[in-house]
Amino acid sequence: MLVNSNPATIQTDRDIADRIYIEPLTLGILEKIIEKEKPDALLATVGGQTGLNLSMELFRNGILEKYNIKFLGTDAASIEIAESREHFNRLMEKIGIPILPGKVVKDFKTAKEFAESIGYPVIVRPSFTLGGSGGGTAYDEKELEKILDLAVRLSATQETLIEKSVLGWGEFEYEVVRDSAGNTQIICNMENIDPMGIHTGESIVVAPSQTLSDVDHQSLRNASLKIVNAIGIKGSCNVQLAMNQQTGEYVVIEVNPRLSRSSSLASKATGYPIARVATKIALGKTLHEIKNAITDTSAAFEPSLDYVVLKIPRWPFDKFPKTSRQIGTQMKSTGEVMAIGRTFQEALNKAIRSLEIKIPQFNPDEHLKNATDLRIFAIMESFRNERSVDLIHEITKINRWFLHRIEDMIKLEKKIAENELSQELLLTAKRAGFSDAQIALLKHTNELKIRNLRKSFGIVPTYKIVDSCAGEFEALTPYYYSVYEDENEAEPLKGKKIVVIGAGPIRIGQGIEFDYCCSHAAFALRDLGYKSIMINNNPETVSTDFDSSDRLYFEPLTFEDVMNIIENENPDGVIVQLGGQTSINLAHHLSEAGANIIGTSTDGIDIAEDRNRFSKLMRELSLPQPENGTALNEEEALEIASRISYPVVVRPSYVIAGRAMEIVRNESELRRYITEAVDVSERKPVLIDRYIDNAIECEVDAVTDGTNVFIGGIMEHIEPAGVHSGDANIVLPSLRLSDVEKEMIVDYTKKIAEGIGAVGLLNIQYVVKDGIVYILEANPRASRTVPFVSKAIGIPMTKLAVKAMLGEKISSTPPKHNHYAVKSIVFPFLKLMGTDIKLGPEMRSTGETMGIGKTFEMAYYKALLAAGITIESEKPAAFLSFRDEDKKHVPELTELLKKLRFRIYGTLGTVGSVEGAIAIPKIGRGHPDAVELIESGTINLVVNSPTQGGHAHTDGFKIRRASIQKGIPCITTINTAFEFLKALEKTEELEVRTVEEWAK
Amino acid sequence: MKAVLALQDGTVLHGIGFGAKTERVGELVFNTSMTGYEEALTDPSYAGQILLMTYPLIGNYGTNGNDKESDKIHVSGFVVRQISPDHEHRQADNSLNSFLGQQGIPCISGIDTRFLVRNIRDKGVMPAAISVSNNEIDVKNLLSKIADFDYSAVDFVSKVTTSTPKVFGKGKKVALIDFGVKMGIVRELVKRNCEVHILPSYSTSEDVKAIEPDGILLSNGPGNPAILTQAHKTIRELADKPMFGICLGHQLLAHAFGGSTYKLKFGHRGSNHGVHDLIKNRISITTQNHGFAVDKIPEKFELTHINVNDKSVEGMKGDNIFSVQYHPEASPGPHDSTYLFDEFVKMM
Repeated sequence: MLVNSNPATIQTDRDIADRIYIEPLTLGILEKIIEKEKPDALLATVGGQTGLNLSMELFRNGILEKYNIKFLGTDAASIEIAESREHFNRLMEKIGIPILPGKVVKDFKTAKEFAESIGYPVIVRPSFTLGGSGGGTAYDEKELEKILDLAVRLSATQETLIEKSVLGWGEFEYEVVRDSAGNTQIICNMENIDPMGIHTGESIVVAPSQTLSDVDHQSLRNASLKIVNAIGIKGSCNVQLAMNQQTGEYVVIEVNPRLSRSSSLASKATGYPIARVATKIALGKTLHEIKNAITDTSAAFEPSLDYVVLKIPRWPFDKFPKTSRQIGTQMKSTGEVMAIGRTFQEALNKAIRSLEIKIPQFNPDEHLKNATDLRIFAIMESFRNERSVDLIHEITKINRWFLHRIEDMIKLEKKIAENELSQELLLTAKRAGFSDAQIALLKHTNELKIRNLRKSFGIVPTYKIVDSCAGEFEALTPYYYSVYEDENEAEPLKGKKIVVIGAGPIRIGQGIEFDYCCSHAAFALRDLGYKSIMINNNPETVSTDFDSSDRLYFEPLTFEDVMNIIENENPDGVIVQLGGQTSINLAHHLSEAGANIIGTSTDGIDIAEDRNRFSKLMRELSLPQPENGTALNEEEALEIASRISYPVVVRPSYVIAGRAMEIVRNESELRRYITEAVDVSERKPVLIDRYIDNAIECEVDAVTDGTNVFIGGIMEHIEPAGVHSGDANIVLPSLRLSDVEKEMIVDYTKKIAEGIGAVGLLNIQYVVKDGIVYILEANPRASRTVPFVSKAIGIPMTKLAVKAMLGEKISSTPPKHNHYAVKSIVFPFLKLMGTDIKLGPEMRSTGETMGIGKTFEMAYYKALLAAGITIESEKPAAFLSFRDEDKKHVPELTELLKKLRFRIYGTLGTVGSVEGAIAIPKIGRGHPDAVELIESGTINLVVNSPTQGGHAHTDGFKIRRASIQKGIPCITTINTAFEFLKALEKTEELEVRTVEEWAK
Repeated sequence: MKAVLALQDGTVLHGIGFGAKTERVGELVFNTSMTGYEEALTDPSYAGQILLMTYPLIGNYGTNGNDKESDKIHVSGFVVRQISPDHEHRQADNSLNSFLGQQGIPCISGIDTRFLVRNIRDKGVMPAAISVSNNEIDVKNLLSKIADFDYSAVDFVSKVTTSTPKVFGKGKKVALIDFGVKMGIVRELVKRNCEVHILPSYSTSEDVKAIEPDGILLSNGPGNPAILTQAHKTIRELADKPMFGICLGHQLLAHAFGGSTYKLKFGHRGSNHGVHDLIKNRISITTQNHGFAVDKIPEKFELTHINVNDKSVEGMKGDNIFSVQYHPEASPGPHDSTYLFDEFVKMM
């Protein structure tokens, strides 16, 4: 039985477990499921920190005991020791493992006294939080107070650790597995290139360690084994250690007694399936009874690597320009890439191009000492400016060995720029991981010229297998990476085969949904008698499990890297429509180079993406679009906007997931947008659309075989039009559309599918107002709602799409809806201090939840509950602050709040005329103000509809930020507030069912 | 510098030379340890062999002398994907490159080492020659030198054993017969309060008895155990003493008491080998470095340990005698099996 509220994962597919519950992960819901299913045991260690914390809550609340449920694998006592600082430290002292001087505190006074006794800076770490939320480094008393306040609130146990800072020490991680007989072994050791002070999830990490001698390595290995044995892990565990490489002294930092992001990285880095082995251990197997699925030898061994693996985090700062780029002890990254090479430089260059980022103009000196996401580039730039390794080491404390490798790379860069590109030099460059595009830039030519020159020299990549054993045993697994060496181990696959191009790192706008689709494509290909070849670079995903496809190439997703694989394999077709923008962007290039793109043709993709061609098609089909125009400068923008009348939606033409998209309501806002947000020019025009106010936005996910169109569902946005579809709460089936409107949408979808010549998946976004259905945009590719729709209707749409792409006919019979399904969203805001949380046309979420119920309210409430939005108070209070155009809703909303026994607070302008409401002064103009009320815990719900702009000094911004930090729901659109409150009325009746039971 | 590595099967790889400008013949073997190159290079068991490290980046932390397992490098040649041009470690007092040069070892880098590993895995270990020079290298000539080399027929032990007895530590008297001992073994014994007498491999049982030992340790070492008949005899004559055999010592014990050995296709060399202790029913991750293995254990001996993968013999036990095929002294590798020294000391 598996419980998860996330629709975008393979986990909640119907065939992954005997019974699947897509229900909110809360104690109450879990108890209901337990009561219903009477399970014998619980596996606490595979669901991340969320799963671990919930399991411990079930344990502490006596629910496990009540229903006689045992822990499988690592049990509550062991988890308790590993997760509680006090217990852990006591155990370490007992077994003689050095720890950092630290003290668990619950209040500022104790924290301050301790900090003074060990000296600043100190590290503040809350217990039991995900990714170090709320932690930080305090350099003085004032900072300590600020960080501690947040940390205590975030910690599940209100405990926070104050610790001596070991900034600059080397940071190492050991992934350990231990079975119930006590057999213990290391799967992988990893070295953070960024020394202590930066969260390991935020660090560039290399595997195996590069700077440890065997003596160093064995001392850390011994410590890790000793710790894991003492805790009594039965499964996998991650041990983090810090070593002062000047003295050899080390300390253990912390352990994670569960599968983690690090164990996932370690699995992909070594080929050793840690989760699989850990689960078998949990079921009572000992290590020598388990097979290593890669080599068919025993799982009782320690993997040996014959390559270098590098991980670089992917940060969302391109999406949050107002957030500080500084990185530290909190997780700010949303995803990561991994690259494999036979040299350090090769892995580094491959990882950098896997990130798919544009490096902005920056001053390298500002990114070295206080590390930011740009530090690696700042180091490179410093070497270009002939700074010394010693100087950079002095500033960054990064081990000189790594700095020397980067310096070597920059020297080679210079050599390439200054010398004729001989066969030898080009081969040297390729072996150092330089891409054709990089070399072209250095030689002031284009990528294709370098590519042709390279091929004329006979320099093509060879592919090596990741086999967990450095070649010692024959590998049965088809997991490859490219290098420029002699032997190619990837003989082309025999039989009919299709390449699936993956989605790369998880980032805002491109989440796990696309990986879900890619994985499903691989499964579908297998079912249809084709061999699947997966290309991707994300170590966190199912698509890069070696058994998801017939062949996995762990490679960057650039034209060069992908085309090299296509040339090596010569596949029958290439699927580009499932990997989000990453893969769709490659379509043209690959097609021109001779790849056979299956599904919607590149011309069809072009029609959908080119605004002019798309508008022309809409006119030909007589389908209405909101008025729009394209501006090449500020004047034109103002002219177009006044012609089509405000409000308008503006965005740059090269838009990805709504990047830099905004709704502007008047001329001054438009001027600000043009000057601040985008750099408009002839080459980068700004697109302007009429914004249809107070309309219903909806969207369709469909599959077409070129003739038949299967409509998976017409989804309705709960927010008014203008909120990015990735950030909107979405309900299926729709609530407010009339039958006529629905028929129009079905009809339009078929017409557009035919007009584009779509084959495979198609997502179309509509706005409906006054009986008119406007077409916003069409995307002939997987959308992020495909997993949600597939689960809501019980039909795997990607599999259907693959069928269509391979030329099979599909049925257009519409699916039945036996329940409501609502998709809600999860934001990374908490980690990104200084970022506003209001919703708009620019997408900001990183994850999603799904709620299912017989009524809309139930489904919606569950989706919000799953996203962490809940009211937990006997005496609830709400704070209201609306923009002027929303104030007409105040009476109705406050009526509803009163019915739910909420006390009402608000700004004078919003609640001034509401009976019994308490008007609060502007922030700073009297006490208590809204932020103080939120911080003191008086307020349980904030409804704040923001005006445009989003400057950090507005009251609204501070209120939203405060509510996020306090962990209370903050609703920023009026519709959502109404629906949330309606759902709240019915919380008593929450019902849990398996996905299949709901579908009945 | 140029370098050529030529194999008996005709494989010839051209790479970048480092270390010493010279030419050497040896059996090409690979080691899968990702750390511990200094320990491996100075391990006498590698005498007569060209060592290939499967991990591609070697030399990162330099060399320091403390980690040496004997007083010199014993490999005939060294093969890596990339030698680090610089090194970084608090203890380092030399770069690996110059250490190899000073000791006269020809080395090659910049070649597809994984291809060589797969080649050896499929065809078995084979003789090879390595040549490093500033000039063009005569490949034909190099290949011809390989033909005369027969690793299994050479007595490498007599070349690496101590020429004079040496004593380390204080306490229980251990006669350590040196077939090419790693200092790690001596360190482990000294740490456990033993007075270790290192004796030449050709010592007779009388020589050994003359020091009145409490126990006897048969060390690791290079080459074919079957040809060391003098050692078989000595060991047989010392059967009444507590005895512990490691690696070659374990194989010699087998021969001494009527067992036999065979040559593995490509040996076990690395620090990640799982061994199943059949008595305790536990798994240890062990360091291994052997090309031969015991196939028949002597009568009255009990099989105590097996390799989890190929099920080969990893340990056996007789009356007051025990031995393991792997390296409890680690250096390099996991320290999981050091408890075997405790057991040996307890027996004495």
